[in-house]
Amino acid sequence: MIPAAFDYARPSSLDEALRLLHDREGEAKVLAGGYSLIPLLRYRLAQPGLLVDIGNLDDLAYVREAGGQLQIGARTTHHQLEQSDLVQRSGLWSDAAGGIGDPQVRNWGTLGGSVAHADPSSDWPAVLLASRASVVVRDLKRERVIPAREFFLDTFVTAIEPTEILTEIRVPLPPPGTGGAYAKTERKAGDFATAAAAVQVTVDAGGAITAAGVALSAVSETPFVVVAAEAALLGAHASPELESSVRRAAAEGCNPTRDGHGPVDYKRAMAGEMAVRALRRALARAGA
Amino acid sequence: MTSTMHVAVTVNGRRHQAEVEPRRLLVHLLREDFGLTGTHVGCDSSTCGACTILVDGRSAKSCTMLAVQADGREITTIEGMEQGTTLHPLQQAFTDQHGLQCGFCTPGMIMQASWLLGENADPSDDQIRHGIAGNLCRCTGYVNIVKAIDQAAGELRAQAVAPLAAETA
Repeated sequence: MIPAAFDYARPSSLDEALRLLHDREGEAKVLAGGYSLIPLLRYRLAQPGLLVDIGNLDDLAYVREAGGQLQIGARTTHHQLEQSDLVQRSGLWSDAAGGIGDPQVRNWGTLGGSVAHADPSSDWPAVLLASRASVVVRDLKRERVIPAREFFLDTFVTAIEPTEILTEIRVPLPPPGTGGAYAKTERKAGDFATAAAAVQVTVDAGGAITAAGVALSAVSETPFVVVAAEAALLGAHASPELESSVRRAAAEGCNPTRDGHGPVDYKRAMAGEMAVRALRRALARAGA
Repeated sequence: MTSTMHVAVTVNGRRHQAEVEPRRLLVHLLREDFGLTGTHVGCDSSTCGACTILVDGRSAKSCTMLAVQADGREITTIEGMEQGTTLHPLQQAFTDQHGLQCGFCTPGMIMQASWLLGENADPSDDQIRHGIAGNLCRCTGYVNIVKAIDQAAGELRAQAVAPLAAETA
């Protein structure tokens, strides 16, 4: 499949890239790794007038700790995240990084690209929601920091304006006693999830859960926070009854559609199962 | 809209140039402009990995990269693996272990395996299987493909040690 014609620019600075987005507002798309956008171009599901390739903006690829946060540059690849000691400290983030697509996808696909693309079946959005991350975007005039929980608006729709570029993801460094996990089921290696769950919990010395993040991928119009599961977890101790509450909250909270991955009832059941599997692993990692 | 753009890339150590439309895919630049047809187009949907090549040492699906994105970069394709008239250890191992049946996926498998062995010189069978998760063999000949990559890993490790052994002797 051949994409429709477009103009192409590979700016050497972020300002130059932002200028292009400003000048061609509404008809330009940002190209990073390309593993989401180029298939869309080939199927002609996307027909932008201009591609702004940020492949030369190497200063947008980094992982660092600063100000009580893990800060990750938007152009950091999934493979770089897999290899990062700082990222490996989070069970939730390291589970997700190694399971995205296949090795070629992880070699080129980027965190920022995946988050900006906001495919409801992709992995990072749920991870950002469960770990209460923020998304940093910038245009020519200003920078905005948007909580992940206000960022994913609809299928493939985010809070990014057409003149903005996603520059960084910020993840609060969790207190001691925190564990996280990502659980996903897929039809075959490298496929998008049929259902996936991201869970992060903080547990105090007495075993009570003092903070909880639970989000699901692939089973609704967007990745979403399972508010009822978070409410059930807060203040609770690990128990079979607690698992049942989380399973029910996930299964009832999602809104899957029937497709090649399976019927609706099956997807609800898998959403519940993935939530429980991620919860068990997160609690074990938290030392509960 | 821009009609064409100039692209200069190094492929298998040789400099190549072309005038291309921005929408031209890298795999078509290699096959049609440069005549390097060893890189195959299997699925045309970023799934099968038959078009895998190395771009600046990183394995990539060349059907999922634009030719213009590769401008200024260094590319290795299956045609660049042979050293003179000697097959690369991966090529030799695929022959020895019957690591191919129809052979369509083989160039992509070998290029992905060469990236994998650069990352991990001594992978377990499980690591090899995960390493080629983005490459499909429609003949389902994975058992011998894994054996071939394992053989090549051993050969490449031996080659890396041999010059050192010669120096100490």
